[in-house]
Amino acid sequence: LSPVFCLFAEFDDAANLLAANPDATTISIDEPVEIPKNQHGRLQEPGREEDDELLGTDDSDKTELLAGQKKSAPFWTFEYYQTFFDVDTYQVLDRIKGSVFPVPGKNFVRLYIRSNPDLYGPFWICATLVFTIAVSGNLSNFFIHLGRPTYHYVPEFRKVSIAATTIYAYAWLVPLALWGFLMWRNSKVMNIVSYSFLEIVCVYGYSLFIYIPTAILWIIPQKVVRWVLMIFSLCLSGSVLVMTFWPAVRDDNRRIALATVGTVVLLHALLAVGCLAYFFDAPELDFPAPIIPAHNGTTVITKSH
Amino acid sequence: FPGLADVSISEDIPVEGEITVPVGSRSPDEDYSTLDEPVKDTIMRDLKAVGKKFIHVMYPKKSSTLLRDWDLWGPLVLCVSLALMLQGGSADSKDDGGPQFAEVFVIIWFGAVVITLNSKLLGGTISFFQSLCVLGYCILPLTMAMLVCRLVLLAGSGTVSFIIRLIIVVAMFGWSTLASTAFLADSQPPNRKALVVYPIFLFYFVISWMILTFTPQ
Repeated sequence: LSPVFCLFAEFDDAANLLAANPDATTISIDEPVEIPKNQHGRLQEPGREEDDELLGTDDSDKTELLAGQKKSAPFWTFEYYQTFFDVDTYQVLDRIKGSVFPVPGKNFVRLYIRSNPDLYGPFWICATLVFTIAVSGNLSNFFIHLGRPTYHYVPEFRKVSIAATTIYAYAWLVPLALWGFLMWRNSKVMNIVSYSFLEIVCVYGYSLFIYIPTAILWIIPQKVVRWVLMIFSLCLSGSVLVMTFWPAVRDDNRRIALATVGTVVLLHALLAVGCLAYFFDAPELDFPAPIIPAHNGTTVITKSH
Repeated sequence: FPGLADVSISEDIPVEGEITVPVGSRSPDEDYSTLDEPVKDTIMRDLKAVGKKFIHVMYPKKSSTLLRDWDLWGPLVLCVSLALMLQGGSADSKDDGGPQFAEVFVIIWFGAVVITLNSKLLGGTISFFQSLCVLGYCILPLTMAMLVCRLVLLAGSGTVSFIIRLIIVVAMFGWSTLASTAFLADSQPPNRKALVVYPIFLFYFVISWMILTFTPQ
């Protein structure tokens, strides 16, 4: 029994030290994993403490160890890339659910990814989004221009390649830039939370999922409806991104932290607005819907020319 | 081990016998040499293999012969004919038209390669070319749908023709997806089947979309 009591005594000492000086940064390399957990818990605000204790330690040695054990194959072998696809169906579905229903206070990366970032989700969500936007844009243009006698339907296939370039560039280059920026800030300020490149790619990929149903609903040719949908989906996916990246920058200079999170949200919004503007023609307000009787239609057609 | 102490080959015992493996009257080379047969036999053999696979696709039942003897002739023929039939669409020269020949080719082959890589990365046991072979052959229902659509469009391009085309394309899309899933599903790990089937669904959906939105000049 006595070794157990010694352990508790150590706990008490550490706790007393920290209680006396709660702002002290403690770095523990040799001590067992449980103690850093409690120390970090006390350093942060009470809300976060529960978060971290529930989800395990942030980037402590345990995570590094796990990452080291998993990806041990050299990068030129096929097995190395298989480790990025080590997910089951229910895991992918859970991650998608987590991106669509963000729980306030819970970090997407810690809760769902847990050191197992996958490339399946980001890649196929981006592919689906590319084709959904192209097809929905085409359909919505078709319905908007349906009544016009001079309208000849075109499949607009060029837009698929443009959509693909844009969305894949966003999903890979922005995480790269963000990761580089976070690594640079990490070297200057000791951040508690830091993400690997693949985890950032994962968050971005899964956060784009909400745009798929949004793009389908954008077929509705009403401006108000489209903007409401856009703001709603932007809030949902933006909040996932904000809740992921705020803990990574919050210990930094306040202005830099706010600027980083603001840029993340701004780029996300730009993507949404750009897609809406480019792929979906504006529903012309002075144009009749096909249900309006013919004599009104001909009058308006001459007006619009 | 006392019992084995006397087991040894003494030099007195003569070792004799024949080393050659008895193979029969014909040497192995003669069985596989196809250099001497008439050209018609060679071509017919390949054509019969392709034809057999087409029939397998139309009546999909789990068969290992399709997987074992893969060939890429069938997918090539289907891809080229589909790409050719998708030409002559509206505004071929303008930017907003349908897919060009090269675009159809790239979408089909690049899409098939990506799906095969995806299924292998998820832990599938099927080989690369076998998967390409299956995915390519299962485009057959959609190629037939394209043919029927072009014939329907010759008759007219109103709402009725659109509804007929829609029904045909949707039916063939379902057939393609089910056929390829029937062949590929067994080689996937059981808790990841949906992850492998979804990209196949997306692939055939894109091809169906290209077929459905084809509008003649």
